[in-house]
Amino acid sequence: MTTVAKVTGDGEGTDSPYALSHLDALESEAVHIFREVAGEFENPVILFSGGKDSIVMLHLALKAFAPAAVPFALLHVDTGHNFPEVLEYRDRVVAAHGLRLHVASVQDYIDRGVLKERPDGTRNPLQTLPLTEKIQSERFDAVFGGGRRDEEKARAKERVFSLRDEFSQWDPRRQRPELWNLYNGRHAPGEHVRVFPLSNWTELDVWQYIAREGIELPEIYFAHEREVFSRSGMWLTAGEWGGPKETEPVQTRLVRYRTVGDMSCTGAVDSDATTLEAVITEIAASRLTERGATRADDKLSEAAMEDRKREGYF
Amino acid sequence: MSTITTEALSATTLLRFATAGSVDDGKSTLVGRLLHDSKSVLVDQLEAVERASASRGQEAPDLALLTDGLRAEREQGITIDVAYRYFATPRRRFILADTPGHVQYTRNMVTGASTAELTVVLVDARNGVVEQTRRHAAIAALLRVPHVVLAVNKMDLVGYEEAVFASIAEEFTAYATELGVPEVTAIPISALAGDNVVDASARMDWYGGPTVLEHLETVPVSHDLAHCHARLPVQYVIRPQTAELPDYRGYAGQIASGTFRVGEEVTVLPSGRTSRIAGIDLLGEPVDVAWTTQSVTVLLADDVDVSRGDLIVPSKDAPATTQDVEATVCHVADQPLTVGHRVLLKHGTRTVKAIVKDIPSRLTLADLSLHPHPGTLAANDIGRVKIRTAEPLPVDSYADSRRTGSFILIDPSDGTTLTAGMVGESFAAPEPVTDADDDGWDF
Repeated sequence: MTTVAKVTGDGEGTDSPYALSHLDALESEAVHIFREVAGEFENPVILFSGGKDSIVMLHLALKAFAPAAVPFALLHVDTGHNFPEVLEYRDRVVAAHGLRLHVASVQDYIDRGVLKERPDGTRNPLQTLPLTEKIQSERFDAVFGGGRRDEEKARAKERVFSLRDEFSQWDPRRQRPELWNLYNGRHAPGEHVRVFPLSNWTELDVWQYIAREGIELPEIYFAHEREVFSRSGMWLTAGEWGGPKETEPVQTRLVRYRTVGDMSCTGAVDSDATTLEAVITEIAASRLTERGATRADDKLSEAAMEDRKREGYF
Repeated sequence: MSTITTEALSATTLLRFATAGSVDDGKSTLVGRLLHDSKSVLVDQLEAVERASASRGQEAPDLALLTDGLRAEREQGITIDVAYRYFATPRRRFILADTPGHVQYTRNMVTGASTAELTVVLVDARNGVVEQTRRHAAIAALLRVPHVVLAVNKMDLVGYEEAVFASIAEEFTAYATELGVPEVTAIPISALAGDNVVDASARMDWYGGPTVLEHLETVPVSHDLAHCHARLPVQYVIRPQTAELPDYRGYAGQIASGTFRVGEEVTVLPSGRTSRIAGIDLLGEPVDVAWTTQSVTVLLADDVDVSRGDLIVPSKDAPATTQDVEATVCHVADQPLTVGHRVLLKHGTRTVKAIVKDIPSRLTLADLSLHPHPGTLAANDIGRVKIRTAEPLPVDSYADSRRTGSFILIDPSDGTTLTAGMVGESFAAPEPVTDADDDGWDF
C-alpha cells in the first residue's frame, strides 16, 4: 500500500561507489568549515583542552591545510585543576606541530582576586571570564570549539557558526538561520563567531574516527588503576582542589575517563577498556550519555548548559 | 545501541532528514518514538525527562522534553528553533533536523530542509490534508528535497481504517506530484502507540510497506553522479612556502557536485581562464578522481590566477556567468526585504555586492496563488526576486544543483542573514521530466 509517485532506481544510491561513508562525510564537512574560517576571518584560534574532541579538531585542521601548516593558534583555558597527563600531552602536541599556544589561566584570576573559588570547588563555571577576556585582548574573531550537538539539548540548538556579542553572550532566540553549507561569518568589531566543526559528530563518531586515523590520546582515556573517591555518584580523583572529605574514603579502582575537563567535576567510569577497540565497544553498549555519566556541572539544573553558554561558555 | 558492532558501524552511510508537522500532529511524539524505539535515548536522558515531567505534574514522561532544549521552549511547550538529533541503527546513521511547525517559523523549516535528503510530513489522520500540510509539501518541493514521506499519524484514533489512510495518501500524493515532488512514500502510523514507526503494526495488516525507520534505513542517499555538472568552489589557496615545497599552490574546496579527474581540462570562473588538473589531494593523499562532497585540494598545470570565491569547472561543462540573478527566495529575517535594498550575496565561496531590482511576486503557500509586485517581503514570505550583482556569478539552476544553485542575502550593515535564495524557474512550474533514467533531481 505504499504510495509512490515516481520510483527511483532501486538501491542506486545506497550501494553507489560514490556514496561517502558517514565518517568520510563528517570529515569532509568539518574540513570545509575549517577552510571557510581560514578564508573569511583575520585571527581565528582553536580552543584546545587536550580532550578527545579538541584533539580530533586539531587533527582535522592539520588535514585541511596539508601540506601547509595550520593557520591558527591554540587557546587553552587552564583551570589550574588539570590532569597532569593532559598538560603533558598538550605541550607535546604543540611542540610537534610547531603551533602557538595561548593560555588563559583561572588560577591567575583567583590569585588576583578577580574570581572567587566556589564552595563546591568546581572551577568549570569560572572558565568563562578568563576565556572571554582572552578572546577580547587577543582580538580573536573566530574561536573553534569542539562542542557537539549530541552532547546536550541546549547544544543541539547551536549553529555551526554562532555569533557572540562583545560580551561573548549567546542569544539562542536571535540565531542566524543556517542554510545549505553557506555559513555567514559577518560580525561587527568586538564581536566574534564561535565555530563548531564537530557539530554533527556523536561521541561514537569521534571514537571511530580516532581509531580509523590512529590518533594518539592522553592515557587517562584508557583503563588504568587510579585512586578515586565517590561523590554525587561519580568517581573523582583526589587532589588539591578539595577532595576527598573525611567521609569520602579513597579506593583504588580500574577506571577510565570519557571526557576530560576540570578534575573537580569530571568523573571516571569503571572500565577495563585498554584499547581503542574496547573503548568503542564499551561506548556502543553504554546506556549513559557522556555528560550524564561524568559531568557534575551539567546536573546543576535543567538549563545549566544553556545558562553557561549564554554567558560565553563554550 | 548494544547490538551495534564496530564492523557494522564502519560501513554505514549518513542520511540527513527533516521533520515537518503542525503543533498537534504529534511530531514530538514521533521523534521521541523514533529515538526511543531505536534505543537512541540513554538512561540518564530518560531519567531527566521523567524528573522534569514529574515536577510539572505530568503522569507520563513527556518525550517532547527530549527535544525542546531551550528554557523558553520548555516554558511554552513549543519548539521555537531547529534542533539537530543524532541516532544510529546497524544499517545507517541519521542526522534529524527537528523543525518547528508554527507558520511563523517557516524559515526554520527552510533551514532544516536545506540540508535534508528526506522530509517527513506528518498529518493527523482525523483531519487529513490541511493548509499546513500543503505548506509543508510546498516547502519540500521548493527546497527540492529528493524524498518526501507522508506519515499519516493517529491511525489509532480512526480505527486503523485502510480507507482513511488511502484517501489521505491519494490526496497528498496528487498535490505533491503537482508541485514536482519526485517521490512520496505514505505510511500509516500511530506515534503514540508505536505502530509502523520502528516496529511493524499488527493492527494494520492491510499495509504492506515499510515502517518509518525501515524506509529511512533503505532510501537511496546519493544519485548517479554521471548526470551532475562538476563544480568546485575554491575556498582557500594552500601555499606551504617551505624549503621542500616552495612552489606548491593548491586550490582547496569541497566538491559541490559531480566528479573531477586528474588530466581534465578545466575553466576557472568568473575569469574564464583554462588549465588542466595536474593533481588532486584528498586531505593529504593523492588521488586520480574525486567526487561530491569530498573536500579536496586541486593542483593545476598552469600558473593561472585562482583565489577564494572562484569556481573550477570542466571546460566542456561550464555554466554561464551572469550579473542578473532570478530566484525564488524565502525571507528569513525580521526586517523586510524591499526593492532597492542593497545587500551582500553569498554564493558558494564568493560574496558580492548586490541590489534587489524587483520583487515580481509573493507566494501564498496555502493555495499557491501569486500576489504580483508586493514591493516587499516580510519574515517567512516566499517570493520571486530579481537581483543585480556587482560582479558576474557562475550560477546553476537550483533544480540542477542544490549547492551551486543556492545563495543567501546578507545585510551589509549588521551581517544579518536576510534571505535564502534558489536560482531558476519558479518551483511551481517544474520542467517536465523527459529522461526515464534521470529524474533530474540533484542534491
